[in-house]
Amino acid sequence: MIYRRMFGMPTWNVRGPFNELERMRQQMDNLFNRVPDEGMPSLHAGVFPSINLTEDQETYHIRAELPGISAEDLDIQATGNNLSISGERKIEAENNSVRYHRREREAGKFSRAISLPGDIDPDGVSASLADGVLKVSVPKAEKAKPKQITVN
Amino acid sequence: MTAAEAKELKVKEKQEVATDTEQTRPGVVYTPDVDIFESDADITLLADMPGVTTENLNIDLRDDVLTLTGDAITDVGDTEKPVIVEYGVGKYHRQFTLSEVVDQAKITAELKDGVLRLVLPKVEKAAPRKITVTER
Repeated sequence: MIYRRMFGMPTWNVRGPFNELERMRQQMDNLFNRVPDEGMPSLHAGVFPSINLTEDQETYHIRAELPGISAEDLDIQATGNNLSISGERKIEAENNSVRYHRREREAGKFSRAISLPGDIDPDGVSASLADGVLKVSVPKAEKAKPKQITVN
Repeated sequence: MTAAEAKELKVKEKQEVATDTEQTRPGVVYTPDVDIFESDADITLLADMPGVTTENLNIDLRDDVLTLTGDAITDVGDTEKPVIVEYGVGKYHRQFTLSEVVDQAKITAELKDGVLRLVLPKVEKAAPRKITVTER
């Protein structure tokens, strides 16, 4: 595009083709700068429930937040190196004549299989559910435990 | 068998509170999911706050503002190393402005399986009274 500048000399708008890119670059910068630095990265399996898996020398610990679920509605199974957690969350129906202002909690079925990184002993698995938090402790198989090797 | 099968639960990321006020202690603060419904006699609030016990739960009502704060304790030992981390554990915080006048003395709160059930009875409206006029 030729346009006249102050001094009456015609000139090309040399940044013409790059204006769009510049704007896009600025928008991308804004987008990435707004992402908070801390917080969980979205590396999620995408299946309910969200779990946290930790390990120590002898056991794997799996924790999941399952509010409003009682032990009868929960089914935990250990097969091979996999642990499966499934069940159903029920929300009791209220009186018919109530008016809802907010409805954010959800009810429904869920099922998740977790593959543990090492061999486990399925007979020693124990689970507890308290205050809406499920904790499953899975002992490692003897051969999977780290062995201390002494150096002579 | 009901016509509709119970639907599958989908995973939801925990919502962090976006406040401008900073906390004195470090930590994440999440917004608990709530259901609020109202009947003629009371307003009921159900909040999902897994990991919160009665000692760590604070319910405050003043100037028509209801504030829920809970602290989820985590029992992760020092020897445990994380392998998969999909959710964070932190405080819960949510505030509501009540549009109705509530009878503060009759509020009941119940915490079971990480779900808080808060019942706020509405103030009974003054029953209409007929006022008799006496002749003097």
